[in-house]
Order: sequence, then structure tokens, then C-alpha cells
Amino acid sequence: MRIALFATCIVDAMYPATARATVKILERLGHEVVFPSGQACCGQMHVNSGYLKEAVPVIANHVAAFDTEDYDVAVAPSGSCVASVKHQHPMVARSCGDKHLETRATAVGAKTYELSELLVDVLGVTDAGAQLGSYFPHRVTYHPSCHGMRLLRLGDRQARLLGSVAGIDMAELPEADQCCGFGGTFSMKNADVSSAMLEDKTANIMTTGASLCAGGDASCLMHIGGGLSRQGSDITTLHLAEILASTLEEPASVTGEVRISTGKATR
Amino acid sequence: MSTYLGMPSIPVYGTGNLHASESFPKAAHRELGNAQLRANLGHATHTIRDKRIAVVSELPDWEQLRDAGSAIKESVMARLPELLEQFEKTFTARGGVIHWARDATEANEIVAGLIRETGETEVVKIKSMATQEIGLNEYLEEQGIAAFETDLAELIVQLDHDKPSHILVPAIHKNRSQVRDIFLREMEGVDPDLTNEPARLAGAARAHLRRKFLTAKVAVSGANFALADSGTLAVVESEGNGRMCLTLPETLITVMGVEKLLPTWQDLEVFMQLLPRSSTGERMNPYTSLWTGVTEGDGPQNVHLVLLDNGRSAALADEKGRSALHCIRCSACMNVCPVYERTGGHAYGSTYPGPIGAILSPLMTGIQAEENNSLPYASSLCGACYDACPVKINIPDILVHLRSVDVDSKRGKKKIPTQMDVGMNAASWALSSGKRLGLLEKGLPLGRLAAGPDKKITKLPGIAAGWTQSRDIPAPPSQSFRDWWKKEHRTPEPDAAPAASQDQENQP
Repeated sequence: MRIALFATCIVDAMYPATARATVKILERLGHEVVFPSGQACCGQMHVNSGYLKEAVPVIANHVAAFDTEDYDVAVAPSGSCVASVKHQHPMVARSCGDKHLETRATAVGAKTYELSELLVDVLGVTDAGAQLGSYFPHRVTYHPSCHGMRLLRLGDRQARLLGSVAGIDMAELPEADQCCGFGGTFSMKNADVSSAMLEDKTANIMTTGASLCAGGDASCLMHIGGGLSRQGSDITTLHLAEILASTLEEPASVTGEVRISTGKATR
Repeated sequence: MSTYLGMPSIPVYGTGNLHASESFPKAAHRELGNAQLRANLGHATHTIRDKRIAVVSELPDWEQLRDAGSAIKESVMARLPELLEQFEKTFTARGGVIHWARDATEANEIVAGLIRETGETEVVKIKSMATQEIGLNEYLEEQGIAAFETDLAELIVQLDHDKPSHILVPAIHKNRSQVRDIFLREMEGVDPDLTNEPARLAGAARAHLRRKFLTAKVAVSGANFALADSGTLAVVESEGNGRMCLTLPETLITVMGVEKLLPTWQDLEVFMQLLPRSSTGERMNPYTSLWTGVTEGDGPQNVHLVLLDNGRSAALADEKGRSALHCIRCSACMNVCPVYERTGGHAYGSTYPGPIGAILSPLMTGIQAEENNSLPYASSLCGACYDACPVKINIPDILVHLRSVDVDSKRGKKKIPTQMDVGMNAASWALSSGKRLGLLEKGLPLGRLAAGPDKKITKLPGIAAGWTQSRDIPAPPSQSFRDWWKKEHRTPEPDAAPAASQDQENQP
């Protein structure tokens, strides 16, 4: 299968290892990955902040990048950005009266999958350890991000994939379905409430005894990880793509500060 | 007295207690500092939340019921004028009197006038959101009429000279020791040895209320539903105090928002399944009272209904926001909202707090009214409210819609653009081209430099300071994914792995 990768802007600029891990997983399954070079961002930040007019060129760019490329399906390592592509893009195009953009956006949205959705529903991955060689000998807890859970209805796809990684020790997160408090510009506009929500999320993570918190959205993980870091916790966050890509021979870096080539992972 | 004013031709915005007097972030900051409030709220919302989930999961057709509720409400909004006229006919035919009120001021004047006609100076009240919305109690007090709340929680709030903070559990922000202290301080003839046991507290309230029920000649109520085909009004409650008010006095005055209408008696079957399970987490509420006009020799002989617009037409005129009027005031959205759970209801200013309040209040008052333009931003858009809503109001989508109405309403009116405006503009330029984003990403090593040896950014200026008040930002990677992809001279080998040295980049 020819799979187009939508890296998402935050992963492209801040967490390239997550996109590389996504490529690795797909190639390991024997698929060809293409990266439409015109892509940038889904425009969700603009839409969710009320800047619809400013969102239009961002959305039009995404649609143009993905409806000219030849591929079978598109994938992004993010529930939130995929939900934006599927739901917000046609909605914004409609509200600005661009019927042509709406039609094209709907078509792109229909071919776009969140990573776990693609792996489970389309590529038939049920056992990451056996099918991907995933190996990750750490105690891990998992935060299901709101948009994956409620807009895409991912259910337990991400959790099941993580649970099937060889060597992993999954620790259940109390109140897992509660929002971490990120919410895009909400985290700045309503910083106090956002911080209060984050405090409860990190406190719950700390009760699990996990050495890291996994998830499917880099933005939420940056938020949670940023809070843990500020609170002086040793617990880090890691995208599930990197856990799935991790193998015995080539383990994922847990802290980000240790060069894999030295073989001296701290945990 | 029948003051027919008709539906206004242009939207008339709501007045009364629908306005935030300070911005949500400011109010939230204060409320978050109240540890007692947060503890009470956390406990109470989680208890109701769990009860709701338990009773909702019992019904195999819950999703179909939600669909039915949503469809009925949608059809009501589509033919509201016609249904209101039908209701006016059926209600009047059974001896009731209809009054039309454009806004809070008109509604208050109508109610006060009706009470004055009876010669009474005291009324008992059934818990009602509409009368709180219009500030009826305060208005009546100015007119020399004392209104006594008979719902236990409303009574607590009224005795404490406080404001309700939740539409179903108005005193959710108070625990039982606080309630005891209020009773001891404010309740006439209360046992000075009163303890904080719930049964003792309820006993004290019962004795206090019984005196009012037996003497009151006038009652004021709200209504949960009005049935157009029969002219029937309905009140759904738990305590039975509402039924006392509906049956004992001689005059009954009901104030109801125009959106409460249902076309037929049969539609009630859907809502009587949706409402109790969503609000109190019960299969059925203890008391459901229905009345149709006047029954000679039984119950109130003077039956009035004030049909209230107060911004509902304005909300109805907003194509993308109008489904907020489907709300049946169950409060499920606030019980599951992570923002409400932490700030409580007072932070929202309006009578309607929580997620539904964050859309309903600005829809009814107009987005530019006082601080109501801050309400649509009081959400992380987690979507828990939409999932819980029994009539499927897509609250997150309406929040986003109202944010865009707010942003658009300010375009071209500001002398200096805000930091947010500037940022969004720049981001729109940068993020609408892969080339431009790629070029900017060449600057990532600068961010690495700024992060310093700790590899984290702990302080940012301007609006971004909101982020760094409780969160670090990791040092950016030395190379973007886009750059890496471009530089890889890839031959399509299925097992091709990136160079190990690249794997040192930050993890989220």
C-alpha cells in the first residue's frame, strides 16, 4: 500500500522522532511511505481560536498537498489533527462558501486515518510484538487524548496496541478519560484552569508507578510532559508510535537526552 | 391582563442575570483559590457523574432516545411561532391566562402586577431557572413582595444571600456543615442544637417550609415542558415541595422560556426518560406534576403563564448556535465538565453556568455584552459535554462558532491588534505553505540555543507566559522531520532505518 504521511506541524517541528517512528512502523509492514512536501498544518489552532478567516489558507494548503499526491490512504500520528481534517476542514470550507474546497476536503478527510486506526482497522495489526517486533521493557501508563476518544471514537485501539508490545508493563491511569487541560490556546487564555486540570492529570500519572506516560497526540504529551518537567518529576512522555517502533535491537530513547548509539539508556 | 407583544421582528437580546460581570479567566482565578469549593465540587460532580453513567447504561436504546429528543427539539424550533399560537389557544381554552414578555423587565413587571392584583405580599416559589434568569426575586423585593424559595437547595442559597452555582444542585458549592451554620444564622425558630446530619437539616427545612406552604396564597413556578396539543404544563422535581406550591395556593403564576414547548403529549415519553437519568441519575424522579388550566374546586383557580423571550429569538436567529435552545436544563454537561468541576458555577457569571451556559448566555445576550465574550473560551473542547447531553447539543462546535463570532465582531475595530491577532496572522502565513514552514524550521537550532543546557524553556513572554506558568517546553530538535526526509537519499528498502544518531531528538 502507498501511504501518505501527514506529519502534523508540531511533530514535524518539535518531535521528528515520532514521524520517523511512524515511517519505520509502516515500512516494517512492507508499505511504501510518501511525504507530500507541500503539507504544513491542519489549521486546528486557528479554527479552535475563532480565527476562521486565517484558517482558510492553512486548510486549503493541506487539501492541495493531499489531493494532488497519489496514495491509497493518508495517516497522521495524531487523533486531534485527523479529527480536524475530517470534521473541521469541510465545515470551514462550507462556512466560507467554497463548495469546491469543501468537496475536495471531504475526499481528503475520507482517506485520512489516525495511526492506531490505520494499524488496527486497515493493516490488521493486533499483536505489535509479533507483527512489528515491538519491544519496550518499561512500565508505561497511557493517556487517551480527548479528540481521538470522542471525535474519532478510537476506543481501545491505542491501548490494545500498546498492551501487545513485548516486554511492556502497562499501568492503568486513574481518571484516564479526563482532559489533560491542553486545549490549544485554552492553555494560555485560561492558564489557571488549564494548569489545575494538568495538576490532577500529572498527580494521577504519578500514582501509577510508570516511568513514562504514552499517548497518541504530541500536543497533549507536550503539555503533560511540560507539567511533569516543571514539577521536577522523572516521568517523561512518549508517543505510542515510538513505542511501537522500538525493538530489541533498536530501542526507543526514553528521555530524549541519551544517544541511542551509546547504548546507555537511563531507564 | 393579557399583554400580547408578539415575536419581535429583530432579535431582542436578553437582560437580567445572563451577564458575566468580569471575564471568565479572572473569575476562574478567584474561584480556583477556594480549596473548600473545589473539594465540595469534585466530590459532588463525581458522585452525580457515576450515577448518571450507571442508569444511562441500563437503557439499550439510549442513543436512539437522544436522537429522538434532538429531532423533536429541532422540529419545535423550526415551527416555534405556530406551536406557541397553538399552545396559547389550548391553554386559554382551559381557563389559563397567557402573558408575553419580550425581556426580563417585562416579565418581572407582569408577575409583580399579577401578585399585586391578589393583594398579597408573600409568595412561595418552585425552583425555576427562568425566574432566576430574569432576577424575579430581587425585583419583587424592590416592590415590597417577599418571595420564598421552597426547593431545599434554593432555600439554602437564598438564606445565605448567595447565588446558585449549579442549575440542578444550586448549593453544590456548600457542604453540610456550612448548611447548618446558615440555618442557625438565618432560619427563624430553628433548634439551636441543630447538627450537620442530613436528616436533621432536612427536618429543620421541612418545619420552616411547612409554615409557608400553609399560609401562601400565591405561588410562582417555572416549567420543564409545555404541551401544545393539550395546553398542559409540567414540572419535574425531587422533593415534592413544588407540588405543594402547585396545589395549595389560590393563584399560580408560571414563567417559562418559549423554547420549552413540545408539540404533543406523546413527546413527553422521550423526555421523561432522558431528563431524570441525565440530571439526578435516577430512573424516574419522585414527583412529576402536570396541570392543564383551571379545575373548578381543585387547586389554584387563577392560573397564569408568562411566556418569556429574553434573547431566545436572538439565539434562534443564529443558525449555527440555535440548537443551544434544545437544552432541557438537566445539568449533565456541567457534571462532566473538567472546567466547571474546578471553577464552579459562579465563575460563569450568568444564571446558566458550565458548558451550556458558555454558549447559551452569549447567544441570548449577544457576544458583545459585557464580559460574555470570554465565556466561549472557557473550554478545552474535550467534548465530554456533547457525549453527556441527552438532546445531543454539539456544545464544542457551538463554542468554536461563537469564538469566531467574537473574533469577527472585533475585526477592524481595534486600534492596535492583540498579541493573539498578530500571532494568528503570522501563523496563518507560515502554516499555509510547506515551503514557508520548512524555511522557518531552519531556525530550530536557535530554539535549542535558547533552551540552554537544561534543554528546556521555562519562561516565555506575552500571552505565552500562560503556558510557562506551569509547564516547560522541551528544547526543539536540531532538525525537522521535513529536513530529515529531504536529506535521506532513500532507496525504497522496507527495513531502512534512520541513522541512529538522529534518534537523540526530544520525545514529546
